[in-house]
Amino acid sequence: MAVEGDLVQMGALIGAGLACTGMGGAAVGVGHVVGNYLSGALRNPSAAGGQTATMFIGIAFAEALGIFSFLVALLLMYAQ
Amino acid sequence: MASEAEGGSPFNIHPMDQFVIKPLFGDGDITWYTPTNATLWMGITVLVIIALLVFGTRGRAIVPSRSQSIAEVIYTFVHSMLVDIAGKDSVKYFPYIFTLFIFIVVANIVGLLPGSFTTTSHIAVTATMAMAVFLAVTILGFVKNGAAFLGIFWISSAPLPLRPILAIIEIISYFVRPVSHSIRLAGNMMAGHAVIKVFAGFAGALGLGAVAPIIAIMAVYGLEMLVVVIQAYVFTILTCVYLNDALHPGGH
Repeated sequence: MAVEGDLVQMGALIGAGLACTGMGGAAVGVGHVVGNYLSGALRNPSAAGGQTATMFIGIAFAEALGIFSFLVALLLMYAQ
Repeated sequence: MASEAEGGSPFNIHPMDQFVIKPLFGDGDITWYTPTNATLWMGITVLVIIALLVFGTRGRAIVPSRSQSIAEVIYTFVHSMLVDIAGKDSVKYFPYIFTLFIFIVVANIVGLLPGSFTTTSHIAVTATMAMAVFLAVTILGFVKNGAAFLGIFWISSAPLPLRPILAIIEIISYFVRPVSHSIRLAGNMMAGHAVIKVFAGFAGALGLGAVAPIIAIMAVYGLEMLVVVIQAYVFTILTCVYLNDALHPGGH
């Protein structure tokens, strides 16, 4: 059966959908950072306050890679 | 209602339409001097900041008024963040850090108003800020430390055979900094606003029975209020981290 329509467009949209799996990786990373922060904070609550900034930096680094996959999806959908 | 959108997308509202830059007057071409909606909302952002800080600090009361409390809380928050991360000698760069923080946080919050335009959702805006930070920090590092600034790529606490490999990784991650710095902010803003618009499209398609999408919009909006402040915080705190690298390259 012959495929009709724009093959490049189809491939780009499938690729954009596949790029969204990167979000799962970012979710695992952010959850890992915050979960470990929380378990450490519950063991030693007095040291928790000073490490909040470090936690946010870790979240930012983990999340940036998920945002990259979102960017790839956007580029595939709109920048052709 | 949904059947009216024939052929194209099933949503009445396209989620990316809100990011289109339009000229304020007429429909002409956009050149660098054209006043656009981005110009308008950036101006509104600056006016809000001026109003907050000028009127907030005008009274200088011992017992602060509400607006003075807000201004003082933001000021001390950024100040303690800078001193905690980049040390006491970084305080002379405080005006720049504070400007970055208050511009981003106010632009993000103003962008959440219904019908407004989020200037920080455009990579052109965030990349300008991130490149300014990157260039400033790199130049500052070389001015303060000379060639010793290159030591941040040569990690002396690592075993010697590992150091060249780590140096390559460090150099790559150093030059990815402005990219991730700008895309993180723009991507978060864009994604959050697009999610709200997608739910708004559901609500429009369902018509009167759109209770669930509207509740979802409210929930996402609440999350976005959190995200916009956290992203401004993250942008500023990463600037502080980079500044700390430039000022104290030894303390890696």
